[in-house]
This record gives sequence, structure tokens and C-alpha cells, in this order.
Amino acid sequence: MSNEDLTELERALRLGPAHAQEDLRARGTSRAAQKDARDAARRFSERAGARGLADVNYASVDSPFGPLLLAGSGRGLLRLAFPEEEVDEVLDGLSRRVSPRIVEAPAQLDRSRRELDEYFAGDRHAFELPLDWTLVGPFGRRVLSAAAAIPYGDVHTYTQIATKAGSPRGSRAAGNALGANPIPIVVPCHRVLRGSGALGGYAGGLERKQFLLELEGAR
Amino acid sequence: MSTTSTPALPPFQRFLDAERDTVWRYLVSRVGPGEAEDCFQETFAAALRAYPRLRPDSNLRAWVLTIAQHKTLDAHRARSRRAVPVAEPGEIAQRDSVPGPEAGEEALWQAVGALPERQRSAVTLRYVADLPHREIAAALGCSEEAARRSLHEGLKKLRKAVEQ
Repeated sequence: MSNEDLTELERALRLGPAHAQEDLRARGTSRAAQKDARDAARRFSERAGARGLADVNYASVDSPFGPLLLAGSGRGLLRLAFPEEEVDEVLDGLSRRVSPRIVEAPAQLDRSRRELDEYFAGDRHAFELPLDWTLVGPFGRRVLSAAAAIPYGDVHTYTQIATKAGSPRGSRAAGNALGANPIPIVVPCHRVLRGSGALGGYAGGLERKQFLLELEGAR
Repeated sequence: MSTTSTPALPPFQRFLDAERDTVWRYLVSRVGPGEAEDCFQETFAAALRAYPRLRPDSNLRAWVLTIAQHKTLDAHRARSRRAVPVAEPGEIAQRDSVPGPEAGEEALWQAVGALPERQRSAVTLRYVADLPHREIAAALGCSEEAARRSLHEGLKKLRKAVEQ
């Protein structure tokens, strides 16, 4: 809509009511309005999280690996994503598989952040925060529960985990379920190694697996 | 363009970040900076409640502006309920410190407020939110032709009102 095509009436309408013009004059550029909009949106997301209006809250938290994305529901922590994962893709997946009612509400992830900080400082040997298993199927749930039962500083083999999950010959399937762990670190799939003692695999990269095992004094 | 995968709704936060500037601008122009914050919060709270029921191919901007518009009407109603026929002394002092709007502008926006709902929506969505006819039609839930007609009728009434 170019300005020359407008009648005087249309131009007046585009300027908005007098109080809107005064506001623009008083605040100078529209950059101030953009900041107001950004602040209002931030207040909205935090409040929506605090009042439980969103189904999923997320936050970015610092770690020795770089920023981790944490996402949780009212039930507990749903997802932990390493820095290489595209935030947009992670959120798209949560939107499809859990709910599109997703807001960035860092305060809602405070407990997860605190326990992770303590873990990386070596002060915490077991996570106590509640987990939400929505993203995990029944077999994966059995495998990840078996991994979660491995004590800090200890390691198991893929075969041992498969046996505990009820399918002794399913060590490959168990490996896949561990690789698909939506809540790594907190659900310690890094404590599962090959029978030979080799590291095996890790979705976050083998260097990180090694780092976590050294942190725990397992290697 | 045809695609076999069903499009999904974007995560709400992405929608909020994409539309916050437009909604904010629209609200400031309709209710002023003082009430824009409350209307903004109520608009997105209502949007968040209804969000999962939306069809993924919905026009999200038109949709949220429709909600924003309902919230401004609520705000206007609340304000007229609060209005006192005789102003308190403090109120007068406060009012005097703010330069009054030009008489012509005031008349124009009163006339906008007096338009039938659909015409008022069409006019504000067109000129304040700067939406094209297609998106106005989506916001009003009517055909593009009907949206054009509402806009045309609304402008005709406004022209008459400001000429008086």
C-alpha cells in the first residue's frame, strides 16, 4: 500500500488514534515499541509457565558441554538436548509428539538446572527430579529404567541392560533404545558399555561419554 | 505445491515471537500504551488456551488479531463502565497536562468506534494492522469479496461522519 494511493481519510486511519501517535512521538523510534513487545512476550511466557497454562516449558541452561535445552511438562523433565541439536527441530518434535502449547519459561526448569549444576560440580550422584516418559515407548522405558538403576561410578554392558529389560538377546535393540534416550545425562545411558569394555555409542558423541564416565570416576 | 506430510502447528513460543510486534502495535493504536500490556497478556492467554484446536494451515496472524480486537472491545467496555460523569479534581489536573487530540482526529476515531463490528474490524485490520484483504477475510471468517465490501462500507460511513 503506497502512501500516494491513499485518501486523506485513509492516511489519518493509518496514523492511528491521537494517543498512539503521542506514544510514538514520546518514545521516538519503533525500536522502543519492539522492546516493549519483547518484554511483554517474555512476561507472558513466564506467567503462562508459572500458572501451568502451557503443556511444555523450556529453557536453555549452561553446562560444560555448552548450552543444553531442557524441556519439561507438569509431570517432569521430558527432554534434554545437546548444543548440536537445532532448537527449532527439537521444539517442532515436542510440538508434534507432546503438545504445541510450548513456551520458554526458564523458572519452570530451575530444579533441573540446579540438579545438573550440582552433578557437573561432582556434588550430586543421583538425580531426584521427576521425569516425564511421554517420548519413550514401552520397550525403551524398560531399557532406560534399567540404565537409570546403574549406580553413579558404575558401568553395565548392553547385554546386561537387555537382560534387565526382559530381552536377553536384544542387546542391539537395547543399544538403539539407549541411543534414542530423550533425557541423556539425567537418565545415565552413558553408563552402558560394550562387553569388551569399549565405549560403544553415544548420541552426544563419545568424547562426552568419556567425560561423564571420568567425572563419575568410572574410568 | 502438494505435500504428503501433515503440517503441524509451530510451537506456541515461535508463534508468539513472530506476532508479538504486530499485536503490540495494534493494541497500542487501539487502547493506548497504558492498557496495551493487559490486553496483550489477555490476548495471548486466550490464544494459548485455544491453540491446540487450530488447524495447522490457519492464518495465525489474522486469528490472533481477531482475539486482540475482542480484548480491546472488552477494555473499552470496562473503561466506559468506570467513567464518572463528574471528574475528580486530580483527574482534571492530570488530563490538562496531556495535550488533547485534535478535534478532527477524535471525531474520526469515535466514528470508527461507532461502526458495526465487522466494518470496524475490517477498517482497523486494514489500516492499523496493515493486513491485506485476503488476511482480513481470514480474520473475519468471510470471503475476500465480503471483506472488501465491509471495508468499503466502513470507509463510506467514516467519510460521511468526518465531513459533518
